[in-house]
Amino acid sequence: MDIFLFLVFAIIAVVAAINVVVQTHPISSAVSLIGVMGSLAVLYLLLGAEFLAAAQVIVYAGAIMVLFIFVIMLLNAGTEAKRGRSLTVQLLGVPLLVALLGLLAYFVQRLFPQSVAVHFGGFTGGTALAVGRALFTTYLLPFEVTSLLILIAIIGAMVLARKEMD
Amino acid sequence: MDAFIVITLIKLAVIAFVLLTAVAYLQWVERKVIAHIQVRPGPYRVGPHGLLQPLADVIKLITKEDMMPSYVNKPLYLFAPFLAVTMALLAIAVIPFGPQIQVAGYPTLMQLADLNIGVLFILAASSMGVYGIALAGWASNNKYALLGGLRSSAQMISYELPMALAIVSPLLVSNTLSLRQLVESQAGSILHWNVAGGGQIVAFIIFVIAAFAETNRVPFDLPEAENELVAGFHTEYSSMKFASFFMAEYLNMVTVSSMATLLFLGGWEAPWPAAFGSGLVPSVLFVIAGLTALYHGAHPARKLDRYTLTGFGLIFLVLAVVFALPIVQSWLLPLFWFCAKTGAILFAFMWIRGTLPRFRYDQLMGFAWKFLFPVAMLNLLVTGFVVAWIS
Amino acid sequence: MTEVPISWYLTLSAILFALGVAGFLFRRSIITVFMSIELMLNAVNLSFITFSYQLKQVNGHLFAFFVMVVAAAEAAVGLAIILTIFKNRSTLNIDDIDSMKN
Repeated sequence: MDIFLFLVFAIIAVVAAINVVVQTHPISSAVSLIGVMGSLAVLYLLLGAEFLAAAQVIVYAGAIMVLFIFVIMLLNAGTEAKRGRSLTVQLLGVPLLVALLGLLAYFVQRLFPQSVAVHFGGFTGGTALAVGRALFTTYLLPFEVTSLLILIAIIGAMVLARKEMD
Repeated sequence: MDAFIVITLIKLAVIAFVLLTAVAYLQWVERKVIAHIQVRPGPYRVGPHGLLQPLADVIKLITKEDMMPSYVNKPLYLFAPFLAVTMALLAIAVIPFGPQIQVAGYPTLMQLADLNIGVLFILAASSMGVYGIALAGWASNNKYALLGGLRSSAQMISYELPMALAIVSPLLVSNTLSLRQLVESQAGSILHWNVAGGGQIVAFIIFVIAAFAETNRVPFDLPEAENELVAGFHTEYSSMKFASFFMAEYLNMVTVSSMATLLFLGGWEAPWPAAFGSGLVPSVLFVIAGLTALYHGAHPARKLDRYTLTGFGLIFLVLAVVFALPIVQSWLLPLFWFCAKTGAILFAFMWIRGTLPRFRYDQLMGFAWKFLFPVAMLNLLVTGFVVAWIS
Repeated sequence: MTEVPISWYLTLSAILFALGVAGFLFRRSIITVFMSIELMLNAVNLSFITFSYQLKQVNGHLFAFFVMVVAAAEAAVGLAIILTIFKNRSTLNIDDIDSMKN
């Protein structure tokens, strides 16, 4: 059952990610990215990270991607023009990508042989209680610093996007 | 394992059927309530008192021509109403309607899925519901639809913030994220409900106001009103896709009303303990309703009322007897209280629709960011201090 | 076997990261480049949570949480910058925003 769920959502994530990179119109890329985030949320649930799965959907897929979609709609970003790429890029692009992937996968397999297996319910420490406890004790300083970071981001975004008072 | 799957499928079928019928009849109730507020009869021709009007509407919507204009973005145009309805239905999957019951000797919960992050799941589903409207506005390739879609989604994400803060305050008091445990922490009497004993009256008001904005209802329905922006984001939609958006809107209304009931009004708990006779309240109410219907049937205002109102009166009296039977009381009474409280909030939705004018868009957004959000944060701060002080 | 080896999760994370790198390097529209960055951040989040499962600690979840928060702040400022660039250059193609010689 676990393996079936993992395979289904992993394949959805990979297909949607390929779609993000391949589609010409930014809106199709954005909708595919929402699909990636949704399937990743399910994979987080399989890994026992229930709070992170909900946070992924609420924050990432439900707020950040809405920002992206707003900007794409407001700017009326059209289909990307096809520029001529140099022959080197066209020939070497995809093979180099597959080579990078192969390298990463090889290292992963070498360092993590089939020893540890993930089954649903194997890790129960991902509850909101555990995350909250760690967040407000061990990681209190990063928490306060990120709140300051968000404040800076809000002020920065407002300054950059306001109309100039002439 | 098999019994679990079979029982879950049965629950799924029952909840889906009851929900979709309830959504259709919610529209009938809304039209009747608004009509009576405006001193007119409302639908009364199709069936007794217009009760078959939803059926007639469904037939009309299904048989309308399903146009696909040539200039729309086809994949997104088809995907948007589907997304809206899916996310609306998904949120109802985790709402508990009652305590644990026995179905043919197998104990089960009156809920489709008891998650221990139930509240976060509903927040997630309503965040994803924004996309149905935004993508519908974009896909229609129509400047009015795009403006309506953008305004509507901006309004929804702006009001998600005060709503989330208003949801967190009773969670601090009840100390759980699971919807079932929320209700169990409010057991006892009306003094234990989060709106009264838990001191969350401010959070309740903020939640209800934000709920009006989240579901695009009056007074926050500028983006989809018929006399503004043509018709907003669903201008280019017809037939079943249009019906999907309206079904999604009513389902969202049901979801936020259920959330308000679970978070603030004590879910399926009776206002006073069963020892003092709260089990008789449904029967008494139905007896009163039945006697009123029979009285008006005896002195009919219209010719057919002699038969229809008498029929309804008899049905109400039968229901009163059913609610008094001890066999079904264990699951029927909590269900009655849950539906009564949710129904009261839904009635408030319709009452306000018939009464208030709508906000202008900048007033709407200013209200969310400059008033509701600071008040919700202040409420959360005060609640946090009080909870930390007490414990 | 109904259990999934942990290396499969890490391989999926590697695939998503590689695809993010590909999108970042190959695409010309600035918004798509930005979306590829978000894809890379998501892939890294999956890695963090996988290792958190393996070590049976919650710290990986906390790292992923902070990555999410920083990504939100970065998305807000980055999109504001994109809006400003569009206002000034009227194009979203990163080849055309280049005002350096050659």
